[in-house]
Parts: sequence; structure tokens; C-alpha cells
Amino acid sequence: MFVAGETVRVKDSWPEAAGPVHIRTPHYVRGVVGEVVRFLGDYPNPEDLAFARPAERRGLYHVRFRRGALWPEGRAEDDVLIEIFEHWLERP
Amino acid sequence: MNILETDGERLLRAVRSLLEGKGIVSTEEVRERIAVTDAASPGQGARMVARAWVDPSYRRLMLADGTKAAEAAGIMMRGMPPLGVLENTAEVHHLVVCTLCSCYPRAVLGYPPLWFKSAGYRARAVRDPRGLLADEWKTVIPDAVTVRVVDSTADYRWMVLPLRPAGTEGWDEERLAGIVREGDMIGVTVPRV
Repeated sequence: MFVAGETVRVKDSWPEAAGPVHIRTPHYVRGVVGEVVRFLGDYPNPEDLAFARPAERRGLYHVRFRRGALWPEGRAEDDVLIEIFEHWLERP
Repeated sequence: MNILETDGERLLRAVRSLLEGKGIVSTEEVRERIAVTDAASPGQGARMVARAWVDPSYRRLMLADGTKAAEAAGIMMRGMPPLGVLENTAEVHHLVVCTLCSCYPRAVLGYPPLWFKSAGYRARAVRDPRGLLADEWKTVIPDAVTVRVVDSTADYRWMVLPLRPAGTEGWDEERLAGIVREGDMIGVTVPRV
């Protein structure tokens, strides 16, 4: 479990390199540090759901990333808010 | 038989008859769902926005639980993904995108506009939101305001509660709802009088 305000890093993991997957974690945040804004509830893991496998419920979080951590251009203070499943987050 | 090459109408009839035969979904339920989907339009979201502008307790409900707020406005949310509402303020402007596919708050805004699903919008919204808004919609967000892009990647669907524009003092809900457009609730435009 993570709490609002906690610093987290999205795992720098690329399971798509190993075969067919269905992943809801965009490429551009992999390995990037952000901040948990709030817990959104538990939802069946889409990575299993998409293949009609039994899908365990996993925690979903709204995580905020500073633009400067993602892209070289634009205003660094702007940000991006993304839903990320718990199993994609780690403590940096 | 290759399912990809099967006549769509015939396949649909077969699936519907199987669903009914197995007692999973009745014809009536399918008809009801089609009616709800076709009835969904930006006008529904606009009614919610207008009500939030005049009723502080409804605004609080909308920000805390968009699904409940939609239901309170008479919109059927059963079977729909949870709805989240993002409030624009003097400090933050929200822009909704789905970079992975085309997740859209259909229950309250209806079918997504074609541009929402385009690769160009999806790529540029996260990479260069200020440039995208200025070039395509003539929407210029002041430097002092944070642009917060909301990438709709999972189970929630997101809509924006825009700022009530100046010059609408004393307007009733119906008149207010009339100025709220689809783009205002995605964040590509802002309501204007």
C-alpha cells in the first residue's frame, strides 16, 4: 500500500519484450519518479483480464509526474496525472 | 469458420441468441443498453457542470464521487466505469487524454469526437499540451496556471469541471448548461459567454 504524498517510482520493466501482453502503464513513465495523489480502489488486473485469465484485484493509484521528469521541453512545473497499478510501483 | 471473416450481423445475432439462451443478458437488457448509449451526449455532462456551478453541495459530491453525482443528475451509471471529476481552478487547468487507446467518459459525454482517438492528439497532449491547445483550439493557458494532463490509462473515466466564466452572474442552471461544450469538459477549450 502507498499513501497520498508518497514518492514512488514506476518499475523500469518491459514485459512486452518477452511476448504478447496487455499493459496499462504507458512507456513514457517507466522508471520515472512521481508522487501518489490518491488511492482509486482495487480493480481486476487488466494484464490477466485481457487474456481471460483469472484476474486478481490490484490497488490502483493516481500518480503525478512533473513534466520536467518526463520530457525535455515544455514547462517543467506542469504535470501529468496517471492511473498506475500497485504492482508497477516501487519505493525509490 | 474464421470468426474475423464472418458476416457481422449474423455473428451478432448468434452471440445475442447465445447470451439470451444461457440467461446471461436478455434482449430487453441489450435494447435498454443501446438506448442509454445512444442517449448519452455532452448535454448530460453540461447539466452536471451547470448544477455544480450553482450548488456547492452538488459540486462537493461531484468532486468526491463523479458516479454518484451523475446518478443524482439522472444519468444511468450501472455497468459503467467509475467516473472521476477534475476541477479546474485559477491555479490548475486539466486536459484529459487516453494515450493507450480512447478511454472517454461516454456515460456523461457520449461518443468521443474523432480527434480524441487520433494518434496526433494522443501523442501531443502529453508531450506538448500548451502547444496543442494553442495551435488546434486557440486555447491559451496563462503561464501562471499549471497544465495538468490526465492520461486516462485504467479503470476510471475522467471529465473536467471547468471554471465558470465571468459574465454569467445570476444565470440559471439551464442557461449555464447551454454554454458548456464537449471540449470544455475534456479541457481543450474553456467555457465562454
